[in-house]
Amino acid sequence: MSEKKQQVSRRQFLNYTLTGVGGFMAASMLAPMVRFAIDPVLTASTAGEMQAVVDVSEITTDPQRFDWTVEQVDAWYTSDVTHSAWVYKNENDEIVPLSPTCTHLGCSVSWAGNEDYPDQFYCPCHDGRYQKDGTNVADTPPPAPLALYEYEVRDGTLYLGQPVPRGGV
Amino acid sequence: MLQRMYDWIDERVDITPLWRDIADHEVPEHVNPAHHFSAFVYCFGGLTFFVTVIQVLSGMFLTMYYVPDIENAWRSVYYLQTEVAHGQIVRGMHHWGASVVIVMLFLHTLRVFFQGAYKKPRELNWMVGVLIFFVMLALGLTGYLLPWDNKAYFATVVTLQIAEGVPLIGEMAKTLLNGDPSIVGAQTLARFFAIHVFFLPAALFVLMGIHFIMIRKQGISGPL
Repeated sequence: MSEKKQQVSRRQFLNYTLTGVGGFMAASMLAPMVRFAIDPVLTASTAGEMQAVVDVSEITTDPQRFDWTVEQVDAWYTSDVTHSAWVYKNENDEIVPLSPTCTHLGCSVSWAGNEDYPDQFYCPCHDGRYQKDGTNVADTPPPAPLALYEYEVRDGTLYLGQPVPRGGV
Repeated sequence: MLQRMYDWIDERVDITPLWRDIADHEVPEHVNPAHHFSAFVYCFGGLTFFVTVIQVLSGMFLTMYYVPDIENAWRSVYYLQTEVAHGQIVRGMHHWGASVVIVMLFLHTLRVFFQGAYKKPRELNWMVGVLIFFVMLALGLTGYLLPWDNKAYFATVVTLQIAEGVPLIGEMAKTLLNGDPSIVGAQTLARFFAIHVFFLPAALFVLMGIHFIMIRKQGISGPL
């Protein structure tokens, strides 16, 4: 290898040429297939649109559950999917739209879902509890507060976007 | 780096003789287009194999989107053609490649036939080759139904009528292929998919293996 003039033998030259041409052919064959397969990773998410949920006048200081239905397009399959939120107005007259998904293992919580805790959210799966503002009660399974929906009020109607998780312990 | 990785493996499992068996052998002068240009006719077998590899790869990738169900088959094909990046190219490769395989296979068969290369001691390999030809035709036939459009549906109706025309067992053969005595539908599509994607490729790989092993054992036939 330390010769000053490195000779490329005919055999080596043909080897390189063959490898190069073969590699080029293999790459041009595989490139469209790989791009085809990884397409879902590179496609921008279409979620994030705000959905009209309820008239603001219906929101009270007690959490109420409101449902709304979204047309979900899943590639070649279109279906109606129902989402829900627990919404109330706090003492500063701010709207608090909480996600009903328990942060423990994803069951649905409900306000006053257990007679023993009439002013807490209760998850029936593992007795998880949350305060009215969504904070998880210590010594119950949930590790984090309930997620809060992005929201905005337009023309007296509440619009909700995606639930934003709040950090936990 | 590569050399060292190769050496590391080779030292332990001795792979050099393996790949020498596969790749390192002399090409006789009469098969080398550099000596006689007319020797290009010897390429058709290799080209058949090359296109088959494309078919296997593009087919594998297509199943990432395709579903063999009468409600969704056409829609999933439409989706992958119109919405997925390079969907047209990948399905195009599979679609056109299917025809190219048959053409190459046919040219290869013609070459072997007119050169008399099938004669003793290579009769067995000719027979295996004919079986490969049938498997390829069956692959083309079963794949044709999968997009579940009008053309696919009615082509399959005709296919089933041909199967029904077989003496004595025709009725049974048709039901076996169709999955139902009369309806060409949900069961037919599921069956054709299974045959196209699992059964026939398995048969094809086994036959191709035998085909290639016999070529290496017997060597290529001599000059005319």
